[in-house]
Amino acid sequence: MSSLLSAGTPAPDFTLPRGPDAKLRLADSRGHPVILAFYPADWSPVCGDELTVFNEVLPEFQRYRAELLGISVDGVWCHKAYAAARKFDFALLADFEPKGAVSRAYGAYRAQDGFSERALFVLDAAGVIRWSYLSPVGVNPGADGILAALEALK
Amino acid sequence: MTARLTPPVSARDHAQGPADAPVTLVEYGDFECPHCGRAYPIVKTVQRSMGNNLRFVFRNFPLTKSHEHAEHAAEMAEIAGREGKFWEMHDVLFEHQDALEDEDLVAYAAALGIDPASAAAALTQALFRERVREDFASGVKSGVNGTPTFFINGARYDGLLHPTALLEALVLAANPA
Repeated sequence: MSSLLSAGTPAPDFTLPRGPDAKLRLADSRGHPVILAFYPADWSPVCGDELTVFNEVLPEFQRYRAELLGISVDGVWCHKAYAAARKFDFALLADFEPKGAVSRAYGAYRAQDGFSERALFVLDAAGVIRWSYLSPVGVNPGADGILAALEALK
Repeated sequence: MTARLTPPVSARDHAQGPADAPVTLVEYGDFECPHCGRAYPIVKTVQRSMGNNLRFVFRNFPLTKSHEHAEHAAEMAEIAGREGKFWEMHDVLFEHQDALEDEDLVAYAAALGIDPASAAAALTQALFRERVREDFASGVKSGVNGTPTFFINGARYDGLLHPTALLEALVLAANPA
């Protein structure tokens, strides 16, 4: 069982591919809140899964100027197809090489399974973790915890 | 973090079954979502089994980016609700998930005895968009994590979408140890 990074911890910086030709560095997102949503895999069999819900709730997140980033160990081409199919309006980051390194740094990796946990982090504008949540296996988290954490940042 | 239904069921909700039933099952659903379509007969089954021990409430949670017809379908259910025919429309929509174009929705209204011109106008004028948006916002606040999401006596049900599993959870809620 990994130990999830908790509130008060500076969020470990990382640079991950956000597409075939683009990378994203977390430190470049300072100045506004960031939501990190780690999840096990693209193409989950549930159509209405958490990312689909978060995609619908984006306008609410944007009211707090928060940026949503999805992270799994899937590769960039897989992410690209998945995001297009689900019409996601936020970035999916590929924690692909070395596999799961960022997920491990956040305590959100299931080494026995080889994929990320369902884990959520809300970072403040200075890049400090202000809320984190590990979902029970097989249970999608809703957006309620994220919104409460964003509200508490104000 | 326990997901709790917020706000609780009230007179603004569409409900089937007695208000004083020991168990209230709330569904946040999307009329175009295939999983909600699968849930539809399961809910009917548990309603039959539970009889007057169950009150069932439906709130709209249209995933509009995935399902292009979901918003208008939700609004049409509310338009029918204005004439006391929410549940008739709810059933028709789930039984015709593959035909949810605007003209289909208006035809379903007409078949239920609702004036098609006024139903079409209510859709065009988005008379019930705010109401659907309120349902959606309450779902987000309640911890809806996909569609369908069920709440049993206010607590999110994270179990299987299967008649036996759902019925067990409902019976347990009716007879707490």
